[in-house]
Amino acid sequence: MSESRILVPAQPAPHEPSALIAVSARKPDASHLEASFRKRFGDFVLDIEFQASPGFTILFGASGAGKTTLLDCVAGLTQPEAGRIVAGKLCMFDQPRHINLPVAKRRVGYVFQTLALFPHLSVERNVAYGLAHLPQAERKTRSAAILQAFRIGSLAGRSAREISGGESQRVALARTLVTDPALLLLDEPLAALDVATKARIIDDLREWNRSHCIPILYVTHSREEVFALGESVIVLDRGRIIARGSPHEVMTAPLQETVAQLAGFENIFDATVEAVHPERGTMICRIISHKERISDPVLLETPLVRAGVASTLRVGIRAGDILLATSLPEGLSARNVIPGRVRSLEQRDMIVSCRVECGIAGSGQELRRGVDMEVHLTLAARDSLGLEPGRPVWLVIKTHSCHLMQR
Amino acid sequence: MINWQTFWLTLQLAVIVSSALFLLGLPIAYWIAFSRARWKFMVEAIVALPIVLPPTVLGFYVLVALGPHSPFGRWWISLTGHTLAFTFPGLVIGSFLYSLPFSVQPFAASFSGVDRRLIAASATLGASPLRSFFSVVLPLSVPGLVTGMALSFAHTMGEFGVVLMVGGNIPGVTRTVSIDIYDRVQASDYAGANATALLLLVLCFVLLAIVYGANRKAWAVKPVE
Repeated sequence: MSESRILVPAQPAPHEPSALIAVSARKPDASHLEASFRKRFGDFVLDIEFQASPGFTILFGASGAGKTTLLDCVAGLTQPEAGRIVAGKLCMFDQPRHINLPVAKRRVGYVFQTLALFPHLSVERNVAYGLAHLPQAERKTRSAAILQAFRIGSLAGRSAREISGGESQRVALARTLVTDPALLLLDEPLAALDVATKARIIDDLREWNRSHCIPILYVTHSREEVFALGESVIVLDRGRIIARGSPHEVMTAPLQETVAQLAGFENIFDATVEAVHPERGTMICRIISHKERISDPVLLETPLVRAGVASTLRVGIRAGDILLATSLPEGLSARNVIPGRVRSLEQRDMIVSCRVECGIAGSGQELRRGVDMEVHLTLAARDSLGLEPGRPVWLVIKTHSCHLMQR
Repeated sequence: MINWQTFWLTLQLAVIVSSALFLLGLPIAYWIAFSRARWKFMVEAIVALPIVLPPTVLGFYVLVALGPHSPFGRWWISLTGHTLAFTFPGLVIGSFLYSLPFSVQPFAASFSGVDRRLIAASATLGASPLRSFFSVVLPLSVPGLVTGMALSFAHTMGEFGVVLMVGGNIPGVTRTVSIDIYDRVQASDYAGANATALLLLVLCFVLLAIVYGANRKAWAVKPVE
């Protein structure tokens, strides 16, 4: 329900590309990140293998999924037990060859969730911190240029303790980018910001990367950020990558149930494939009830995935994607019209959660129980339909509202 | 009435010892704060020993170690021709060990208090561990450093047991203020003892008040221009 809310504003913010390019005239060299490693912390094991191209790669997952640990391993702050991390031509970690570059030599820019600005230094000194190897004059020019590009030039003399949240985020980004990293790690750097500020900073970042073309690993647990930023998404769960692809592929058709829960499916069912129709791009699935036998099977037409007849998988349907009718609807494009009976109605804030029992044939079979589906309605819809427990209804579900997952 | 020679000697001892503790205490404290060695607790325990040990016990072992019967003592004698026991340098070594926890513990505590993410940020910005230490850890540990210096200085000013064991009581060489006071009491010179003790008390108080007053300001970190 939130795909449509995208962060980036319609009109691009005003930029001065010349200032951004002046920060570094380095030729864009497309350097990919390749990482496969294992790190254990007690019971928790991070075991991952992925590649990231220049541009944004989103790391998405619940807290505790291992996102920050993954970034720490890439940056060299934590040493994996086994594996290999290579960025472009630079081998940063290779356990079999006993290579483990120190953090300072990896050219990895890392903006922490806490930002970690040096509280005892001014904004300017914070930004110039990573330029210690350069002559004084060049240090000044470069940090002034990046402060200008991130529109925080006026803060240069202020203490890092005296600036606002949004300003701190910009300073932290500028401090990292000015060092010309070969790889950028961002650990929810914008989590605490309002949407408009966030969008402006992301625009600045995109603009910067247009001339630098480095891989950016961006950690978030916000669905909206995934859609706003992602060229590519990696979903982490309990230390493993469980899905990857474009935001649309990963977030709207999750492959595993954990993703489904993250993406907010209220209805998740086990199902068996009854028939496949490659010519129509669909297939028919029968919902397996964990309760008693269903007298009347609930069949769903779903999008076609690679699965054979009689194989089992999972179907996820958002409660807000289901239509509810009080008489048998006709002339619909939707392929699934399922009869059922209202079991309960519950008002939650401004929506009504309606539980409908499906798969009960006719009347007089009260002992037999079916499949429960949750449907979300507006208050007005409930009142105009006169819904109440026991009322027979029909559920209407579009084929593409059925999201298939592995079991 | 007041023996200024002993005051001068005590002051010299305290300055030398607290300076040495600052220089050598920093790396020890750094190691305690950041090492992941399994036997770190052993080093912490050894550093803390002088807090609980009677000064005479510590002084006794320092005396033995400095004397001609220990390998270190023999090595020193072969090097210089005389023993370290009952000399000013010997006194410095004894006082150093005795005040070690009073500098190392506040140092280590303030190093540990520095946000690890700041140190990590410094490293990702290309700084060597040494630069991270001097540019981030040390400036953010100033209050702890000042406290450690003040405590070790004051502690050395007033010590008695270790000085008596290691240094003896040689005027101009190892006789410190606290021993002078003890001697005066033994000789029933209560007026002299009182004057000396009062002066030491006032001196130590003023010094600590200055240090803690300055330290209070150090908590409010200001940007470096």
